[in-house]
Amino acid sequence: MSWRVVSRFALQGVAVALVASLVGLLVWQMTTKDAGAGLVGAVEDGEKPAAPPLDLPALDGDERISLAAYRGKAVVLNFWASWCEPCKREAPMLEQAWRRYRARGLVVLGVDAQDFERDARRFVERYGLTYPIAYDGPGESLPRYGLSGFPETWWVDRRGRLVAYSRGEFTRAELQRNIERALESA
Amino acid sequence: MIRTLAVLAGALVLAAPAAAQDCATLADLEDELICPTCNTTLELSRSPVAERMRDYIRERTATCATKQAIKAELVAQFGEEVLAAPPKSGFNWLAWVLPLAGLAVAGVVVTVLARRWLRERAAAAPVVHSARVDPELERRVDDELARFDA
Repeated sequence: MSWRVVSRFALQGVAVALVASLVGLLVWQMTTKDAGAGLVGAVEDGEKPAAPPLDLPALDGDERISLAAYRGKAVVLNFWASWCEPCKREAPMLEQAWRRYRARGLVVLGVDAQDFERDARRFVERYGLTYPIAYDGPGESLPRYGLSGFPETWWVDRRGRLVAYSRGEFTRAELQRNIERALESA
Repeated sequence: MIRTLAVLAGALVLAAPAAAQDCATLADLEDELICPTCNTTLELSRSPVAERMRDYIRERTATCATKQAIKAELVAQFGEEVLAAPPKSGFNWLAWVLPLAGLAVAGVVVTVLARRWLRERAAAAPVVHSARVDPELERRVDDELARFDA
């Protein structure tokens, strides 16, 4: 086989490998970015998919907050930002729920995302929030949970499964109904 | 003494604009940053987070912060996705190099193909034999032209 033929095959191989790797990169990006896209539909269909892992720094210190650490408790997972108007109305309701239900094994876990840390701390102080809050400035956890805006809330049962979801501002009745559902889910 | 003071004053006057150039402005940064919730540049977005970022930039430009410093602070809060163009470092170099490399490869491929095509075309062209004009015909043409000129 002549050198010319060999070099032509080599060039074609390199071109095919390059295109294949770019397609692979695109598929990987699409699958990892939209990993949570199916969660909302699954919960609306009555399924209880496992909550995606969540491990973020705490807003008020150097510790980390992990959802896995709350296994055995029901969790209200609320995604918010200080610049979000409905979040300001939800915050007092979440604080009340945390105080009222914590003895029954409920944890309210806030995730502040796409926000200035300083603004988030002011928000926590202004509304007197005492439940744990994680900070996710770049918002990396949002696509994993299929989120598209603020506020959005997931209710997680004691076995770490997603049992209810709210896009946008929830009502007091919706909050309580879903808390009961998360606490009683078997 | 007066001359020394004049020289110092002149140096200060010249140095002031140079120092002022390091201070960023909102306009400098608005098209280089992305609003995290809407994925457009800051200058095109009126979302609440974009407004908050603009406020922050105004606060920092009021203290004469540099463009690099403000960008670094925003990256620390919102991640590298907040930058409209990836930084020229590490893996992000690929984003700058690959398009240029692609253009260069495409240029080489087009050149090679064009040269090959021209070569093949030249090889396939019919051979033109020497077009020597018949002397009798040449004489008649000259005569006709001379008659025409007269």
